[in-house]
Amino acid sequence: MNIDRFLFGIAGVILAFSFAGCKPQAPESAAIGDAASRVYVAPGKYDEFYNIVSGGFNGQLSVYGIPSGRLIKILPVFSVFPENGYGYSEETKPMLNTSHGFVPWDDLHHVAISTTKGEHDGRWVFANGNNTPRVARVSLRSFRTEEILEIPNSGGNHSSPFITENTEYVIAGTRFSIPMNNEDVAISSFKENFKGSISFIKVDPQSGHMSIAFQLRTPGFNFDLSRAGKGPSHGWFFFSTYNTEQAYTLLEVNASQKDKDFIMAVNWKKAEEYIAQGKGKIERSKYAHNIYSEKTHSASSTILDEVKVLDITEFPEIVYFIPCPKSPHGTDVDPTGEYIVGSGKLAATMPVFSFTKMQNAIANKEFEGDFAGIPVIKYESVLHGEVQKPGLGPLHTEFDEKGNAYTSMFVSSEIVKWNLKTLEILDRIPTYYSIGHLSVMGGPTSKPHGKYMVAYNKITKDRYLPTGPELAQSAQLYDISGDKMRLLLDFPTVGEPHYAEAFPAALIQANSVKFYKIEENEHPYAAKGEGQTKVERKGNQVHVWMTAIRSHLTPDNIEGVNVGDDVYFHVTNLEQDWDVPHGFAIKGANNAEILIMPGETQTLKWKATTSGVIPYYCTDFCSALHQEMSGYIRISPAGSRTPLKFSTGVIEGENTGAGN
Amino acid sequence: MKKLFFILTLSALFISCAPDKPLENQEGTSGTNNKNPVAANANPTKGIGEVKNVTLNTPLEQERIGRGKAIYEMKCQACHKLNDQRVVGPGWAGVTKRREPEWIMNMITNVDIMLDQDPEARKLLELCLMRMPNQNVSVGDARDVLEYMRQNDGEK
Repeated sequence: MNIDRFLFGIAGVILAFSFAGCKPQAPESAAIGDAASRVYVAPGKYDEFYNIVSGGFNGQLSVYGIPSGRLIKILPVFSVFPENGYGYSEETKPMLNTSHGFVPWDDLHHVAISTTKGEHDGRWVFANGNNTPRVARVSLRSFRTEEILEIPNSGGNHSSPFITENTEYVIAGTRFSIPMNNEDVAISSFKENFKGSISFIKVDPQSGHMSIAFQLRTPGFNFDLSRAGKGPSHGWFFFSTYNTEQAYTLLEVNASQKDKDFIMAVNWKKAEEYIAQGKGKIERSKYAHNIYSEKTHSASSTILDEVKVLDITEFPEIVYFIPCPKSPHGTDVDPTGEYIVGSGKLAATMPVFSFTKMQNAIANKEFEGDFAGIPVIKYESVLHGEVQKPGLGPLHTEFDEKGNAYTSMFVSSEIVKWNLKTLEILDRIPTYYSIGHLSVMGGPTSKPHGKYMVAYNKITKDRYLPTGPELAQSAQLYDISGDKMRLLLDFPTVGEPHYAEAFPAALIQANSVKFYKIEENEHPYAAKGEGQTKVERKGNQVHVWMTAIRSHLTPDNIEGVNVGDDVYFHVTNLEQDWDVPHGFAIKGANNAEILIMPGETQTLKWKATTSGVIPYYCTDFCSALHQEMSGYIRISPAGSRTPLKFSTGVIEGENTGAGN
Repeated sequence: MKKLFFILTLSALFISCAPDKPLENQEGTSGTNNKNPVAANANPTKGIGEVKNVTLNTPLEQERIGRGKAIYEMKCQACHKLNDQRVVGPGWAGVTKRREPEWIMNMITNVDIMLDQDPEARKLLELCLMRMPNQNVSVGDARDVLEYMRQNDGEK
């Protein structure tokens, strides 16, 4: 062997180790071998998986194809979206109504794809609003937000929207404990007055409509994440908690005093029994419930004012506490439903709890004491085992179909693969950089697909061309089909993804809505044909029943509107084919544009502020004559008596334009 | 021969300009070579599509006319007037005299293939420079529309 080459090789290894040891590897450390061909999806071909990704502080969901990492769609949920008029059109404004009025933004943290028998069924995506507590339901047929339910008695909806095996319930657990019923108390009275609340939201199996079945009132600490049991543990829900110290200031220090916080195990079937017996009390609290109808193409918002509450300190056998080291973040249930993985984000080991052992410990009353009267099970009695030295800062665990678990390590910027039964660490691979959540295809279900895993990283630094102080968020795709994990691809994401779920494209591909049938349009201002177009004045409101079809708007001449009038353009898209939306924009609009899907009606409200002739036009390039798809509205000074008239294609005199 | 060459060139132009259709609609379109069985076998008077034979009754079927008129007003009127004036598309006056009933119904129900392959439909596209939209009208509904056209053309 050539000694020089040998020394060079040694030096390389040392260099590699020293880099790995003290800071994350440089960006040029790349994927190897056939990575490019593994992620290449040829033009005109489809990705194998849909990846539904939370947008974090953009309040949206984004849809990516896997393995290509291509962004296919951004769909607004809790945030206004001027691009298509969501939250700006008269029809969609009620979607963002809350007990605090119109709230146009939220922090969308997690997603949950609906499941049947523990497997993805491809019907809905649930998403949580972390800031002004809300849960949304999004259709996987139309890729639109169909429903938003506000959560009362919550101080921030983080432990959400995790779901039970058959989507019986969606969970909304409060991140911050607060005094209930908007009570005005001293912050220092935390221990006395602050409470936590966990909402169990019932999902109608046909319509998907959500309603709060009951709320659990808990001692005042913070709820972080949660997962439902599966298979044998179906009927239970597991919540990670922190700040069991009940600190109300400098939580960074004061909420990290105890060696162990709790995983809260909830027997929700027991809670259902109490409710069925008429137990619990009705509490008054205002919250909004918003539903979008595909028939009227409009949302309605209803303010509800009561919720049924079960105080867990008053009803035994609903809740047990499991001690879990150091402020656990993830509490993840494996595909068999037997193991519950707690990720103490400040802990050196990672406990894996056994559902069977928990049942035995409860039956044998192996308790180490109680917290506010609620039994705390002995740690050793529930423990399946600990993963030793898994890495630094464990956050989340997902699973493959072969009995392996994958845990994200925020502090040490890596993913660790380990075996659920033996707890032996099998592999570790760096992420760039500081991974938060991770997503295995079908990872949280009872039948994971494995194959690929996506890392959602919190720090981007040098992974992409620099774009000033704010950088694209970094996701990374790994091949997990073999014994060793392999990095395949970096791809940028929008917002800040906190969580994502992925399922095979074939599950929903054929179900996609292509257009809305014009015959079934029940919008009160729909013009189902040009014959129904008209303009009517009601006081200072002017309503325009308008139609759009390639390539003209009807009416495209409107007169008789005055400064100070509110003009409602109700635009119906008469097209009945896929991929032919029309848009509508008018000069000086203080809101946005609207995009109108085929067969749909949407309304843009516009205030006439100056006299003159104002153009409006179609914004979505629709045909060769798209540029011609426009119109004029004449605005006369306030109080004028210009006759109301409207037309399309009418030439009034020989010298007025068009024709010969 | 020269004429054939012209048509082929024109076809090539149109095909290369049109966006790719989704796979499900691609059956039957065969690119630019001259072995296009669908086009070669197309009946120039009946058009291309699932409508092969239409039976017309006299007197007109009044129920169909009512339904056909409603469909016209919802899905067709924006581009087709009832007189002979061309707006976006040709006016309907006289259409049932110029065209076979099958051709009319195929044009309504199978518009994308017709515009790509039927010589008569293509002539209209060159004239109007606007692809007629697929309005997802069923064959049964197209038959009702046809009856309404017959009435518009003065049949009793």
